[in-house]
Amino acid sequence: MAIYLDHAATTPLDPRVREVMLPYLTDFFGNPSSIHRFGREVRQAIDRARMQVADALQADPSRIVFTSGGTEADNLAIIGVAAWYKEQGKNHVITSQIEHHAVLDACKYLEREGFQVTYLPVDSQGMIRLADLQQAITPQTSLISIMYGNNEVGTIQPIQEIGEIARSKGVLFHTDAVQAFGMEEINVEQLPVDLMTVSAHKINGPKGVGALYFSKNVHLLPRVFGGAQEKRRRPGTENVPGIVGFGKAAEIAKAERTQHREHMWHLRKRFLDELTAQGVSFVVNGHPDLTLPHICNISFPGMETETLLINFDLEGIACSSSSACTSGTLTVSHVLKAMRLPEERTRSAVRFSFGKGNTELEMEQAAEKTAKIIRRLTTS
Amino acid sequence: MIYLDNSATTKTHPDVISVMTDVMNNIYGNPSSLHGLGVKAERLVEQARRVIAKKLDCHPSEILFTSGGTEANNLAIKGVADQLQSRGRHLITTSVEHPSVFEVMKQLEEKGWKVTYLPVDSWGRVSPDAVEKALTDETVLVSIMHVNNEVGTIQPIHEIGQRLAKYPKILFHVDAVQSFAKIPLKPKQAGIDLLSVSAHKFHGPKGIGALYIRKNVEITPLLVGGGQERGFRSGTHHVPGIAGMAKAVVLTEQQTNFLARCQEWKESFLDHITSKLQPVLVNGDVTGEGTAPYIISLSFPGLKSEVLVHALEEEGVFVSSKSACSSKLETPSRVLKAMGRTDQEALSSIRISMGYDTTKEEIEQCAEALIRVVPKLQQVVKVR
Repeated sequence: MAIYLDHAATTPLDPRVREVMLPYLTDFFGNPSSIHRFGREVRQAIDRARMQVADALQADPSRIVFTSGGTEADNLAIIGVAAWYKEQGKNHVITSQIEHHAVLDACKYLEREGFQVTYLPVDSQGMIRLADLQQAITPQTSLISIMYGNNEVGTIQPIQEIGEIARSKGVLFHTDAVQAFGMEEINVEQLPVDLMTVSAHKINGPKGVGALYFSKNVHLLPRVFGGAQEKRRRPGTENVPGIVGFGKAAEIAKAERTQHREHMWHLRKRFLDELTAQGVSFVVNGHPDLTLPHICNISFPGMETETLLINFDLEGIACSSSSACTSGTLTVSHVLKAMRLPEERTRSAVRFSFGKGNTELEMEQAAEKTAKIIRRLTTS
Repeated sequence: MIYLDNSATTKTHPDVISVMTDVMNNIYGNPSSLHGLGVKAERLVEQARRVIAKKLDCHPSEILFTSGGTEANNLAIKGVADQLQSRGRHLITTSVEHPSVFEVMKQLEEKGWKVTYLPVDSWGRVSPDAVEKALTDETVLVSIMHVNNEVGTIQPIHEIGQRLAKYPKILFHVDAVQSFAKIPLKPKQAGIDLLSVSAHKFHGPKGIGALYIRKNVEITPLLVGGGQERGFRSGTHHVPGIAGMAKAVVLTEQQTNFLARCQEWKESFLDHITSKLQPVLVNGDVTGEGTAPYIISLSFPGLKSEVLVHALEEEGVFVSSKSACSSKLETPSRVLKAMGRTDQEALSSIRISMGYDTTKEEIEQCAEALIRVVPKLQQVVKVR
């Protein structure tokens, strides 16, 4: 039985989520825009899911737009806001060098469209410097997009402080919270955040659905045009089972967040302790404390990432090099590069990411197998 | 309970649901992951891509998965427009397109593009001559739907494709959401460069669609980041949806006489209705040849669509006023207006649409329900 340690790429569907989705695949199959009962029933289900997602973020339901996933939500936030504020002469966006590609590529798109983009550097632990941010803001800046917790190394950015700076300068602040959602306590009412991206399949919900939270003061131009769904901000027949599943996953994530988070810290510690006990030589990349507990990026100096991954796969451990979204390419991670780590660390990094189903026993087994692999590779 | 709103959405086939639940339970990997679970999911996605490619008689690499028909239409039109804007900024479409085409065109107009909205005849058909006449040196794209979602009119796609073959630089996009897996249309035979489909219109799942994009056609992506779908459409694959869509396509192969039986039921339905009810107008090609047999559009001048839809609902029959995507707006249908219907006629239309699971009895019972309901409503508003 394989040990799945790639929860930052995607998570298995929670059976409780699947159960609430099934009726919307079978009996309640209507189009939410239809005016008859089939439509009204599913419309109510979408409203309910919107409340569940909003509740998990402590947001008003009217501030939630459902999308086809995190990538679309990031694109909508960044390109949508930038396009709107361009009409007011604002053509500058600030982001960081370690964002998910959905953010980075949206920013590159903006550059091609004539926008200026500042990519803030990070320190060796993956943290941006607030002074850099302060300096980067100009009167033309419309948006700052800095992720909540990094998907490759787990580092949590100073979201509160970034937001305060943004507010003081009258700049909007978007954060990609895809990895932090369900792990950190998020209250968008209190947090100085204007837009936030979340995705269902990272919290044991279904693939193909995500959401963008945006506060009342945010204007954005839609990216997709068509019917009147999602108040025209995201038209297209709603992925009803997906949205219903997302709602349930968000509800569970909120209810179980504290214990889940503790469990993740526990597994992380267990895995690292066990590696040490096995005599494996390794370095943890990222921040030791200000990190998402479920993301554990480890370098094995002297080893090669690709060789390690092949061996992990053969030993039945599913983990990854960096983000899954770099689609099958094995290049040095842009995140580790931005952290300016020595080459022996960037070339030997592996991301282990824990999730709901993982057990202590699996941590022991995974550490043992890691030690076995390292020994094998060292002697060969 | 008789569901005849299959143009809005269809009931997901039980076998599709089985495939999806199996995938959700067992193959939860991210297809972009390099490990075994990722590879398993990726294989499933590629297998599904081959199924859809086979249906369209094209190469699997010419199929992109999207979140649905709306995204496919947006991606096709905005993607081509952005890519080819240096060549020219003129687009041609019709006045009867789905909102996901029409609204994109409106937005491009705001950005300075010229858009020609071709008129249609009283049956809702656009003329291939008119398409050719509208072409200018600036034209980069023609976007015309295959089957109209409100009245079922089939556009002369092959003829238009033939005309456009003389202008190889001008791309041809077809919104085939209402026809895919029902009325055969092979993009290569018809000279089509881009073609949109949506799974939930043929008993597949919601939240998934596809865009055929002919080899060597370049478009600017709508969603960036991650580089999935050859960079044309980023975002983690909706694996259960993709697998479900492929299963739905395979299931349609078992349907051999869908069009013929719909045609037969439609004809007797219309005979029955027109002999028993007055005034009633059939929207679309009354002879039947130029209209998808699974869509019936009727107008009952003097009545209101919404009232009629709700009255039929009371009888256990579920139909729609016009397209679901615009059914909440109390304005006369843009499509019917383009076909020359008056406001009164356009405001009194209903759409009855059949799926693969529709039975003859259901169509007959729908006719009976209309025959019961319409005279009562007419009495109330004194139409007769």
